[in-house]
Amino acid sequence: MTGLATKAPAGADGGPTPSRRRRAGAGRSRTDGSYALYLLPGALAFLVVIVVPFVMNTGISFTEWSGVGTPEFTGLDNYEKLIGDEDFWESFRHSLAMVVAMALVPTALGLVLASALFDVVAKHAGSRWASALRACFYLPQVLPIAVAGIVWSWILAPENGSLNDLLGAVGLDSLQQDWLGDPDWALYSVMAVMVWVQIGFPLVIFMSGLQRLDPALHEAAELDGAGWWRRFWHVTLPQLRPEIAVVLLWCTIAALKVFGMVYVLTGGGPGGSTNVPSYFAYQNFFENFQAGYGAAVSTVLTILIMVLALVALRLQTRAEDEAG
Amino acid sequence: MTALKKYPVLAALVLGALFMVLPFVVVLMNAVKSPEEYSSDGPLSLPDSVYLDGLADFWERVDFGEKLWNSVLISGSVAVLAVVLSVFSAYAIGIGRIKGRPWVLAFFVLANMLPQETLVYPIYYLSKEAGLYDTRLSVIIVFTVIQSAFGTYLLSSVLSGFPREIIEAARIDGATKWQVLWRVVVPVSRPTIGVLMVLFFIWTWNEFLLPLVMLVSDDVQTVSVALGVLQGQRDMDATMTNAAALLGVLPAIAFFLLFQRTLTRGIAVGAVK
Repeated sequence: MTGLATKAPAGADGGPTPSRRRRAGAGRSRTDGSYALYLLPGALAFLVVIVVPFVMNTGISFTEWSGVGTPEFTGLDNYEKLIGDEDFWESFRHSLAMVVAMALVPTALGLVLASALFDVVAKHAGSRWASALRACFYLPQVLPIAVAGIVWSWILAPENGSLNDLLGAVGLDSLQQDWLGDPDWALYSVMAVMVWVQIGFPLVIFMSGLQRLDPALHEAAELDGAGWWRRFWHVTLPQLRPEIAVVLLWCTIAALKVFGMVYVLTGGGPGGSTNVPSYFAYQNFFENFQAGYGAAVSTVLTILIMVLALVALRLQTRAEDEAG
Repeated sequence: MTALKKYPVLAALVLGALFMVLPFVVVLMNAVKSPEEYSSDGPLSLPDSVYLDGLADFWERVDFGEKLWNSVLISGSVAVLAVVLSVFSAYAIGIGRIKGRPWVLAFFVLANMLPQETLVYPIYYLSKEAGLYDTRLSVIIVFTVIQSAFGTYLLSSVLSGFPREIIEAARIDGATKWQVLWRVVVPVSRPTIGVLMVLFFIWTWNEFLLPLVMLVSDDVQTVSVALGVLQGQRDMDATMTNAAALLGVLPAIAFFLLFQRTLTRGIAVGAVK
């Protein structure tokens, strides 16, 4: 990493020809300010909007505070309370369910869909078909979560909801459920909606990844008699590994942050059966007026996400090193 | 095609795509259905006639025009301001190659991934202290900074591959750093800047948690917040729900059709770069 930082001065001083070196002399650059000045607005803005609130939030997590008056320092009390709080653990277990619904399932489906679109549709039915179909899968990604939530809460409604009506119309009345109101079903319903929301993202990434692959490898495997499935497994998948890693990590981070859909669809209910950490923190901040406890919950969430983000960063730098 | 027949695969994909867009079709069908018809025939029947009173009622009841304007104002301002801020920072990092560049860059990436839950309460508290709570300006400021984290990261990596000969030539001709930025770097980077503006606009349009907390008065709320709050209160009837959903979906579909190429390209660049 330090190699990058030292590259610039080396290039400027030891330029290819002596004449060039003289012309790009350092004297003039002092007259119109240093490049670091251009970082100033960004640095100040980040200090005020990100760094200060982040430090404050961490500070608040060591206090007991209702949001008004003076916070009372209580050390690690909030964190001790977290460890024994069943609601907290349950919200993180639901995060795991969200990781399945937003990272694992969409990645697996996205791989199959992307290669089917790329191999079959684009080659035999034309690229217009491929992009039209891709657009259909991608559409939910541009929809505001609140709007997607309204659409689905009405489709999944127990009375006069489209899904229950459809089941009734084809004679499957016994399968009708109160999809979002039954604690046994609510989490699965939210998961299904999240798959629908998320699927477009891996699909788009994998389709652009497939364009980078060398078609000769595929043709060679096909000549050797490998079927579609074997080519997918032994040729496509290994080559898409960088994209798969990035998609899995990004989607996992997104899954840990889920808030809007839970707010709109279920409000964390019924009976906490769909609560997630960010909604749990929100409840503590703005409904229970326990800012200290809410801050502790969000700090735990942040640490988890930062660890994943650092892994993602390392993977990306390594992939870039290999590519360059 | 040896192992995979093309027609069954095509059929399966079309079926999957239909399933994806089915919710939109059902919403459209029911948004133009009268309440009487809805209660007698249910949600799955085709509407007998186009009934627009439900949409008009809903539009007036929530003053949807005002919500649209708030969303456009906030997202538009953020798109422009965040790009300007990103360009400045990326100029220092990517072209200026300032000291500690990898660390500065890593800072912006981590800031980009920071969950908003960890910022929301202090921002809420500080904006109250500063008298900015419940104003559109507060949301514009916060999202300008949050979005520019991603913009700085992406633009820096694009600009670090910028041909140095061009910059050196301009410097030799006596251009200042400020002139090089606006007359050389920005015009050449226009495609990336365009992608960033579109992404920032749509991301800000779709934001929910921070606007929900910051915008409590009816007259400053965005489309997302207004609809989310209405749904959260759970007092909408079926016709109103569908009107709300349709009016929320339409701008998103419009952006999608307008920017589809930019969007899919931008997402791919952003994730893999």
